[in-house]
Amino acid sequence: MTVTQVVFFLMAAFTVGAALLVVSAKNLVHCAIALVFAFFGVAALFVLLDAEFLAAAQVLLYVGGITILMLFAIMLTARISARGIKIMNEQVGVAAVVVFAIAGLLAYANLKGFPAAVPPLTVQDNTASLGTLLLTTYVLPFEVVSLLLLAAMVGAIILARRERGKD
Amino acid sequence: MIPLSYYLILSVILFGIGMFGALTRRNAVGILMALELMFNAVNLNFVAFSRYLPQPLLQGQIFAIFVITVAAAEAAVGLAIVLGLYRNFQTINVDEINLMKW
Amino acid sequence: MFEFGQLMESFYDAFSARGIPLFVPQLIVMLAVATAVLIFTAISVMFMVWWERKISAHIQVRFGPMRVGGWHGWAQSIADGVKLLLKEDIVPAGADRLVFVLAPMVVFAASLASFVIIPFGPGLIAGDLNIGVLFYISISSLTVVGIIMAGWSSNNKYSVLGAIRSAAQAVSYEVPLVVSVIGVIMTVGSMSMTRIVEAQQGMWFVVPQLLGFLIYLTAAIAECNRTPFDIPEAESELVAGFHVEYSGMRFAIFFLAEYANMFVVSAIATTLFLGGWHGPLLPGWLWFLLKTYFIIFLMMWLRWTLARLRVDQLMNLGWKFLLPLAFLNMGITGLILVLQGQ
Repeated sequence: MTVTQVVFFLMAAFTVGAALLVVSAKNLVHCAIALVFAFFGVAALFVLLDAEFLAAAQVLLYVGGITILMLFAIMLTARISARGIKIMNEQVGVAAVVVFAIAGLLAYANLKGFPAAVPPLTVQDNTASLGTLLLTTYVLPFEVVSLLLLAAMVGAIILARRERGKD
Repeated sequence: MIPLSYYLILSVILFGIGMFGALTRRNAVGILMALELMFNAVNLNFVAFSRYLPQPLLQGQIFAIFVITVAAAEAAVGLAIVLGLYRNFQTINVDEINLMKW
Repeated sequence: MFEFGQLMESFYDAFSARGIPLFVPQLIVMLAVATAVLIFTAISVMFMVWWERKISAHIQVRFGPMRVGGWHGWAQSIADGVKLLLKEDIVPAGADRLVFVLAPMVVFAASLASFVIIPFGPGLIAGDLNIGVLFYISISSLTVVGIIMAGWSSNNKYSVLGAIRSAAQAVSYEVPLVVSVIGVIMTVGSMSMTRIVEAQQGMWFVVPQLLGFLIYLTAAIAECNRTPFDIPEAESELVAGFHVEYSGMRFAIFFLAEYANMFVVSAIATTLFLGGWHGPLLPGWLWFLLKTYFIIFLMMWLRWTLARLRVDQLMNLGWKFLLPLAFLNMGITGLILVLQGQ
């Protein structure tokens, strides 16, 4: 086993462990913190895949943005850390069956569809090429996604704002 | 060298965990977190493909960037909806919010 | 200045000659660098604490610490550090123990990790990453998570309030910070810290990017939670913000991280805008440290001169003033680059 593989298995175990904690922890704040670690694990895997820019973007957006938003939401909606509240609904059994079926199917398809040992391609400095690609070949999706972000921002502000005169 | 299949299996496991969380959590924020896990699993797949499979340069990474952007938009709107729900129902447990359910 | 690169190579060769796999010397080098950074941080923070007390004292026409160690109380922060280490380790009864213990580590790890990309001199950089500046920006967002963890797990209203204020402030000021840096990145065409410094051979970027520099400095002070932006720890309303319940060693770690953050922010300002290690006569690393400490001095000066902003003033300044200016700076830089035909 090479060093890269050891690192991969460590990071994979770390990510999966954190992910398990996200869906199983009783306290939502604990879930959010575990989520931070899961995001970090995925970012480390991105580095292993030579996607440094994406790893940085992942940490910046998920850890610095989304998780903090969630922590805000958790703290603004009180009563979450109260003990003894059931965290899961009655669908646990059904959900487990469905998840195992779908995950099994996906794993089968993945292993069947792609040759097990493909040598990795060689990539050059990908940050610059990513930027060029985004502004040439993929410029239309880029603009659309900017529009989507703008719409989401306006929508979020309107939804979250308290109406005057009410509560 | 790590075979492509390792990444694919890891991504499937992450996706399964996320899906289980999204299906079973009662708390709306918890569901959103599980959704983010699923997004991450998908991104892992995209990046692994862009590293291993011969296709237009960096296509998978570009797609992952779009996924991250959309995930950010989704989280912002989703959390705003959660706040609205909390204001109207004083709870964010999705199985207690059943006004439209007959 | 001896050549670090050659030293490293001969070090690696010595190992590979004996048939030891490459990752063993790599691991040793990493550990050595990490230890060096840790020691440097500790000494530098002790100096900064003493310096800040001296500056504040002289601004207020006092002397500050004068006794410990003899000459102008130079050993004061060492004595303080020893005192903090010897104190009892208290975890409040209502606290969430695991998160409470984890929080200072997260904050400290984030500020320590930022040292990886600081170019102290030609070749004197722990890792010249391709994504240099972006690495700092993304890793520093971890600090906010640590602060929220600390505030929430203390189970104290003041600390939760302080943590939420701090998070709101950091998230708001991160946006102008990132956008203000883009001007430099566009001019250089790379995010690697070494290449950015090398591009400033002729002229420091503070001249063409003056607006960017001012925006960066303002946003950076806000990121460090220092006056005039120290609402998260405003002692007159919040006792001390997110770390009210911390004492002894854990408090010391927060303190260390705060000052280390200040150093990192100033070092990045030096690299991006003040020409990094470039300067006549003196060796590169000395120039770098001199410039960095000058910016730190600037921050201390501001702290002891200005009053604290209100929360709404803070948000208005960030979103309605700094951010449009930063976008303007980015647009103008882009226009000039296009006109120059780069």
